[in-house]
Amino acid sequence: MTTAPVNKIIPFSTVDGPGSRTSIFLQGCNLTCGYCHNPETQRLCSACGACIAKCPAGALSLRGGQVVWDPEKCVSCDTCIAVCPNRASPKIREMDARQAMAQVEKNLPFIRGITVSGGECMLHPQFLTEFCTLAKQRGLSCLLDSNGTIPFSAYPELIRVCDGVMLDVKSWSPDVFRSLTGGDNAVVKENLRFLSSQGKLEEVRIVCVDGRVDAEAVLHGAGKLLGPKAARTRLVLISFRPFGVKGPFASFTSPSAQRMLQLRETAVLAGFRSVVIK
Amino acid sequence: MFDSENTYKTLTSRELTHEQKLMGLAKCAENGLDVLHIPPKTKHYFETGAINDLFEGGAPYRPRYILPDYERFVQQGSEFLKLDPPKTLDELLFSLIILYRHVPSITNFPVFLGSLDKLLDPFLDGHTDEEICEKLRLFLIYLDRTITDSFCHANLGPEETRAGRLLLKVEQELQNAVPNLTIKYDPAVTPNSFMEQAIQCSLRCSNPAICNDPANSVPFGKHYGVASCYNILPICGGAYTLTRVTLTELVKEAKSTEHFLNTLLPECLGLIADYMNERIRFIVEQSGFFESNFLVREGLISKDRFLPMFGVTGMAECVNTLLKDQGKIYGRDREADDLAQKIMDRIQELVNGYEAAYTPVTNGKFLLHAQVGLDSDFGITSGVRIAIGDEPESFADHLRHCARFHRYFPAGVGDIFPIADNVRQNPAALLDVVKGACSIGVQYLSFYSASTDLVRITGYLVKRSEMEKYRKHQAVLQNTTQLGSANYQTNHLEKRKVRMV
Repeated sequence: MTTAPVNKIIPFSTVDGPGSRTSIFLQGCNLTCGYCHNPETQRLCSACGACIAKCPAGALSLRGGQVVWDPEKCVSCDTCIAVCPNRASPKIREMDARQAMAQVEKNLPFIRGITVSGGECMLHPQFLTEFCTLAKQRGLSCLLDSNGTIPFSAYPELIRVCDGVMLDVKSWSPDVFRSLTGGDNAVVKENLRFLSSQGKLEEVRIVCVDGRVDAEAVLHGAGKLLGPKAARTRLVLISFRPFGVKGPFASFTSPSAQRMLQLRETAVLAGFRSVVIK
Repeated sequence: MFDSENTYKTLTSRELTHEQKLMGLAKCAENGLDVLHIPPKTKHYFETGAINDLFEGGAPYRPRYILPDYERFVQQGSEFLKLDPPKTLDELLFSLIILYRHVPSITNFPVFLGSLDKLLDPFLDGHTDEEICEKLRLFLIYLDRTITDSFCHANLGPEETRAGRLLLKVEQELQNAVPNLTIKYDPAVTPNSFMEQAIQCSLRCSNPAICNDPANSVPFGKHYGVASCYNILPICGGAYTLTRVTLTELVKEAKSTEHFLNTLLPECLGLIADYMNERIRFIVEQSGFFESNFLVREGLISKDRFLPMFGVTGMAECVNTLLKDQGKIYGRDREADDLAQKIMDRIQELVNGYEAAYTPVTNGKFLLHAQVGLDSDFGITSGVRIAIGDEPESFADHLRHCARFHRYFPAGVGDIFPIADNVRQNPAALLDVVKGACSIGVQYLSFYSASTDLVRITGYLVKRSEMEKYRKHQAVLQNTTQLGSANYQTNHLEKRKVRMV
């Protein structure tokens, strides 16, 4: 079985899809969004060792050229994450689908499904396919939380076993997207169309930041692209919060409640009927 | 013996309302009588605290918990109260508040107000939702301000009704501590949307609690009510008495686990059974209650539907004490939980072997009840709950632990969980947890939102804001604020592990 680097497992998540779900966060992302609220999930550990001496619990050590984390000693103070110069975390466990499923099973029968998030979970499509296959066998629904920069149409088996994708459509203009994330959004738009056509678009998300995100353009663009299906697509307008953010965005403020309500009105005009502000 | 010092203290208190003084003085008078035969060994265990009768008083003159058959009252009215059967919603609500005034209990207030949704629903035709909500608002405010004791309970469900939905709506707006509400939940009967409304309400105002209806229908069928602090009792009857074994205290005399299981438990539990029978005999044979009270005469309660509840509390400290040398902790370590199961098996075996007087409804058996506690309990964990601070990291493990021990308690048991505020945005998530819990045999659960003003203490609700007032020595309306304030502070309830973070 294929392994993937697991950053964190939340046994009972209430914010990663409908009902009670176990959420698995994978390490590593192909974007570097300025507003990322968990930037320590962006890169893999480079074994520079900067965190080892700073750990107050002595839970980190360098062995065989790798930083090794001892979960027994760890006091979850996150000092290692604060001092990491590389937007990474040493608290990563490589797991295959069976090992990840063993963690999920501890939460049965109190959950209805699993959600895989990141980082960017689609950097590990084979792991996702194997993991969703096992979860489905236990009657769990499977959702993916993705930035949409990797084409889902290339993974038909994964599309078959997953129930839906929560797609983060960060911006509509390629230039805005690039300045926000360092990447390109042509594939995101293609995924929007493809997932909707397959009935696998669980929800569309936009993180709203005043002056930095072209939220109106996303609403109009996505509304047009989805056509009549926009009315049946859940849209989540996420108000930017500086919590956890590193770099210049950390000093940005959240949009006003009034601004978020304006965006909801725009969304309704663009054809969305199920709009949630978070 | 008459305790004149305590009587004087009660009479001159600055912190008690007039009504609370009256009831306190009545208790002083009752305790001045010496009518129960109590052997020296029983007195010994009372002194150590291993036996505790929860302030039932020295000469019982009414059953502890009374659950009148309110549906029958609605059908027939009351000759004694000179009330015809109600024909309109106003008449119904008025009739109920009149009857409630005349339902005694250990608290001198009614501890059970009936299945309100079922009582109300047939009277709603012809009224708009707004009209009904306004009437319910006045009805519920009246109850909260006159039943000044939180050990008062009303039930909802398991069926969804218009009355049930509107009651939840008004309850959420009012944020009252009284009555406590319990929703009987049957996944096969109760629609998800109604349960999500109930859960949403509980995250706003800590009510209703959730009762696993199929599991709790086992002892008395569907004709049961949830009264006071999670007592499962027959409607048209109730509980004569409740005395508890405080394992926390009993274990202090144990020389070994074997000594505890084979000497202390049989002796102490046997004495408790005798003591409760002594109380039952006084209520039935001497007090005159069943001969004179109109509730009996009019068929709203019946002597043959009362039973004694055998209380158990303090399992956590009991096990931790017996395993002190090994450092094993109840709720965390397998050895500790296995020993707790062994203790519960032994308790169940012993209690099933005792004959309860005047108790045909259970064929002469005492029923086990996980007693939730007293304000004076210090370092005693309610029932079979895991001690605050020792809760397992995993919510799932905690719920599995509940299921393992709930099954011993047909007369009521429950666990309380503070829930992270973000669950308000996704009540279906908590319903998923409830469904899972019911499927594995958890019998009773209650939730409150981590930041709400209304806090569940052991089973009853108290407002944080009222506790603050009481701590500043101001008189407060509800006597349970006084109980809750002490308990909240001494037992560090603010440290309960918040779930679904």
